[in-house]
Amino acid sequence: MGIKRFFHQMGSPQYFYRVAGLWIPWLLGASLLLLVIGWVDGLVYAPTDYQQGDSYRIMFIHVPAAWMSMFIYMVMAFSGLLSLVWRVKMGEVIAVSCAPIGASFTLLALATGSLWGKPMWGTWWVWDARLTSELILFFLYLGVIALYGAIEDRRVGARAVAILALVGVVNIPIIHYSVEWWNTLHQPATITKLGKPSIVPSMLIPLLIGALAFKLFFFATVLMRARNELLERDRNTRWVKNLLEAEAK
Amino acid sequence: MNPIRKKRLYLIGLMLGGLGLATFLALKAFDDNLMFFFPPSDVVAGKAPKDHPFRVGGLVKVGSVERDGTHVEFDLTDNAETIRVAYDGILPDLFREGQGIVATGTLAGPRRVVASEVLAKHDENYMPPDVAKTLKTAHAEGIKGMREAAR
Repeated sequence: MGIKRFFHQMGSPQYFYRVAGLWIPWLLGASLLLLVIGWVDGLVYAPTDYQQGDSYRIMFIHVPAAWMSMFIYMVMAFSGLLSLVWRVKMGEVIAVSCAPIGASFTLLALATGSLWGKPMWGTWWVWDARLTSELILFFLYLGVIALYGAIEDRRVGARAVAILALVGVVNIPIIHYSVEWWNTLHQPATITKLGKPSIVPSMLIPLLIGALAFKLFFFATVLMRARNELLERDRNTRWVKNLLEAEAK
Repeated sequence: MNPIRKKRLYLIGLMLGGLGLATFLALKAFDDNLMFFFPPSDVVAGKAPKDHPFRVGGLVKVGSVERDGTHVEFDLTDNAETIRVAYDGILPDLFREGQGIVATGTLAGPRRVVASEVLAKHDENYMPPDVAKTLKTAHAEGIKGMREAAR
């Protein structure tokens, strides 16, 4: 009962705005703390790799960023679904707030992958299935941003964006399984494969800490964007005007 | 759930189902084109193009690498068939015997490829050098033990 009531309350812009504002500093603080621990552990204390030496350390940024690029897409598509079927206004707000953050993480994954590829593979870029599908994910994010920006009415725009986001969901399993379905230059999954992850704990632990830090960072930034979006959408309503008057005092 | 929401949910489900199926069929149709490289078996079987460059990928056979300045020749295998690859240029750091590589080149005989580019693959295993060494000796000792037990 408690959780149902919580979600109901979070559907109210006014309540969401206030609660999100309380959470953001904690999320950001925890994310920063974990990021420092994860990166120092990964970049300084984790052992060198038997094949790749120190170059593999870029994975402490690359892998969490790539995970986030897909996770955020799923959050965006799910929020879109909530807004389409149940007409949940907060669903629209969350969905459109996800896109720029997801695009940034995708770009980060592509860029760090490229920097990793040059010394290890011998090339910045190849058109194999994994790299290409990740690039398509980036374009999907850009498409969502552009589509929302192109439609004047925010509610209509959000609905169009939700449909585009849902259509793009087919790309997510393709990205994940591309390294199994086809032969690629990119190596197969290390952590999510059947059986034990083929990475030693002293490398795995900083990687997972970093991934958690990225996740908390995303939650903090998506709440920040959602608050902004709410203020802009509701700028002529009572609660925003009250809020502004209270701030002015 | 009220009927309107149910209908919307069904419509979206139908859209995603149809889209998934269409994508599956499209990918299935282009399966061969989505492969990044041919394994040596396919090259030997004549599946690789003969008139334009293609990529071939496999493991560099241990003890087969011959260097002469920047010219290098080595055997590439998928543990079923082996082809010879010739290459002129600088190899990536990860190129070593027993390692996976992908070479771009053209056929210069039934089992010979002249490469214009050699890229190194790396595997999904991450461990420090001493662990790798221990694993290797343990593996060798395990095989030795099995042989002795069979005797």
